[in-house]
Amino acid sequence: ISDDSSFYGGHGIVGAQVPLGCGIAFAQKYAKEEAVTFAMYGDGAANQGQLFEYICLWDLPSILVCENNHYGMGTADWRAAKSPSYYKRGDYVPGLKVDGMDAFAVKQACKLAKEHALKNGPIILEMDTYRYHGHSMSDPVGAHTFTRDDISGVRQERDPIERIKKLVLSHDLATEKELKDFFINLNIDMEKEIRKEIDDAIAKAKDCPMPEPSELFTNVYVKGFGTESFGADRKEVKAALP
Amino acid sequence: MAARIHGGAATALSTFNPKKLVAPSRTNLPAARSSKRCIVAGGGSDASKKSLSVRHSQKLIANAAVATKAETSATTGTGHELLLFEALQEGLEEEMDRDPHVCVMGEDVGHYGGSYKVTKGLADKFGDLRVLDTPICENAFTGMGIGAAMTGLRPVIEGMNMGFLLLAFNQISNNCGMLHYTSGGQFTIPVVIRGPGGVGRQLGAEHSQRLESYFQSIPGIQMVACSTPYNAKGLMKAAIRSENPVILFEHVLLYNLKEKIPDEEYICNLEEAEMVRPGEHITILTYSRMRYHVMQAAKTLVNKGYDPEVIDIRSLKPFDLYTIGNSVKKTHRVLIVEECMRTGGIGASLTAAINENFHDYLDAPVMCLSSQDVPTPYAGTLEEWTVVQPAQIVTAVEQLCQ
Repeated sequence: ISDDSSFYGGHGIVGAQVPLGCGIAFAQKYAKEEAVTFAMYGDGAANQGQLFEYICLWDLPSILVCENNHYGMGTADWRAAKSPSYYKRGDYVPGLKVDGMDAFAVKQACKLAKEHALKNGPIILEMDTYRYHGHSMSDPVGAHTFTRDDISGVRQERDPIERIKKLVLSHDLATEKELKDFFINLNIDMEKEIRKEIDDAIAKAKDCPMPEPSELFTNVYVKGFGTESFGADRKEVKAALP
Repeated sequence: MAARIHGGAATALSTFNPKKLVAPSRTNLPAARSSKRCIVAGGGSDASKKSLSVRHSQKLIANAAVATKAETSATTGTGHELLLFEALQEGLEEEMDRDPHVCVMGEDVGHYGGSYKVTKGLADKFGDLRVLDTPICENAFTGMGIGAAMTGLRPVIEGMNMGFLLLAFNQISNNCGMLHYTSGGQFTIPVVIRGPGGVGRQLGAEHSQRLESYFQSIPGIQMVACSTPYNAKGLMKAAIRSENPVILFEHVLLYNLKEKIPDEEYICNLEEAEMVRPGEHITILTYSRMRYHVMQAAKTLVNKGYDPEVIDIRSLKPFDLYTIGNSVKKTHRVLIVEECMRTGGIGASLTAAINENFHDYLDAPVMCLSSQDVPTPYAGTLEEWTVVQPAQIVTAVEQLCQ
C-alpha cells in the first residue's frame, strides 16, 4: 500500500475493496480532480454484491475491473454464478469485455474507460485472463482444476509476452534471428538483473531485524492523541513479556 | 467423587442461589465425571482452608498427569485415531446419514472438499444439492440457510474463515438469533454456523479474527468452541441435533490434532465445560487453542509445585457456571486465558459473571489474560506477542498464588 503512488492496497475480505474504490472516486469527484479510480476485483468477488447500485447514482469516475480467471479459488465461475458475463452485470452500467492476456487490448480499453468515466460515469471492464498457479499458498495448482496440458496450452497461445513476440515477428519488425539474438542478450541480461534485484531484496529483508515488541502498538491510533492502544477501560496496555 | 463444598461456604449458601447455576436437566452433582483425581498430600478439608503460602512451602507435588481425559473414551480400548478435521467430517457424515434434512452450504465445500477438508468426499456421497457450493456472498448464503431452516431443513453453514462471517452479521444477528422470538416461537432455526477462526500462522489481520467476542451479545444463539477431536465430533453432532441456532468455533491451527476417539456413537453436551486437569490451587478457564498453551504452562507449574485446575469451558454462550462455580468454590482463585481481545471478549464476560456470582469465594481478583487490543500483525514475532504465551500464564499463576 502506498499513498504517493496512488495504490491503495489489496484487501483480505473478498469484495470489500470495491466500495472503498468507489469512495476514492467520490472524493475525486468531490474535489473536482480530473482523475479516475480503478477498483479491481475477481470473478469470485463479483458475487459479493456490494457493487453497482450506487455508483451510477452520482456518476462517480470509477472503473470497475473484474479480472476473470474463471476460478474463485476452488469453484469455477459457471458454478458460482448463473451469468458469468461479468461485464453485463451492471445492467445500466456499460461494460466491456477485454482479452486480458493481450497487453495492447488492455491498454486501449483502459484509455477508453478513463475517457468514458470522466465524461459519462462508471464503466465495467471484464478482463478475461487465466490462472497459472493456485489461488494462494494453501491451494496448489493442478489439485483438481487445471491439468498441466491446459496450462502449457494457454501459455503457448495466450500468454501476453509470447503474443507480443509473435506480433513483432508477424509484422516484420524484426526477423526471428534478430529477435532471438536480441532476446537472448536482453533476456539473459534482464533475467540476471531481475533475479539479482529479487535476491538483493530478499537478502535485505532477511537481514533486517525482526520488529520490536513496542511496534505491536504503533499505528493502532493516530499518534499524539493519547495512548497507543487502549481497551474499554482506557488503560494503556503494553505487552508485558516475562 | 462428589465435588466438595468448602466448609466456610455454609453460611454463604443462604444468600447464594444455586438454582441460578443448575441447568434444567441437571439435578444432582456430577458423579464420576473426572476419572483421575489428584491426591493432595496432607489433604483433608483443612488443607483447602490454609493459606496457599503455607502449602507452597510444603512443596506439594501433584501427581496427576498434566492432561487427563474426563470422559472414558481412551479407556474403552477400541477406538480409532484421527485428526480433528476428520473427526468433524465423521460427525457431519454420521448426522447426514441419520437425517436427510441435514445439508451443508458454504464456499468450496462441495467439489473442492472444503478449504480445510472438513467436507471432503461429502459431495460425492450426498450430491451437489445437499453439499452446496455457494458463490462468495456470505450474507446471501447465510440468509439462505436460515430461511431453509425456518421451513424444516437443518443446514450447516460453513464460513471459510470466521472473519468472513462479519459480512453475514446482519443475518446471524437479526434473523438467526431473533426470529424464534419475534415470531412467537413459530419458527425454529436449527442451523449450525461453523468455521475456523482465531490467530493462525501469519494469516494477517483480517483473517485472524476472534468472532466469538462479537457474537456473544446476540440473544437467541448458542456458541461452542471445540478443541480436541473428541469434543469436535461430539459438539458437531450435538449442534446439528439442537433445535437452536449454534455457532461452532473451530481454530485454524487445531485441525491437525490427532486423537483416538470411540467407535461407538457419542455426543457432547452443548452447555457443559470439560475438566481437563483437576487441581487444588487455582482454576484456569480457557477454550480452543489456548487450552494447549495452558497445558504447556501447567507442565511448568507442576514442576514448580503448583496444582492448577484446568477447565476447557467449551460452551461460550451460555457459560457452564455450574462446573466453573464448583471449581471456584474449591480453589478460590481464577485465571482466565483466552485468545479474544482484552476489550469485550469472552474473558471479559466470564470475569463479570464470576465476580457477580462467586465473589464471596474469591481470595484474589479474577485475572484475565487475553490478546492485545491490536489488529493481528503479519510479522511472526509480533503475532506471537499478540496472543498469550505459556510463559505469561506461568507468571500470572505465580502472581495470583502468592
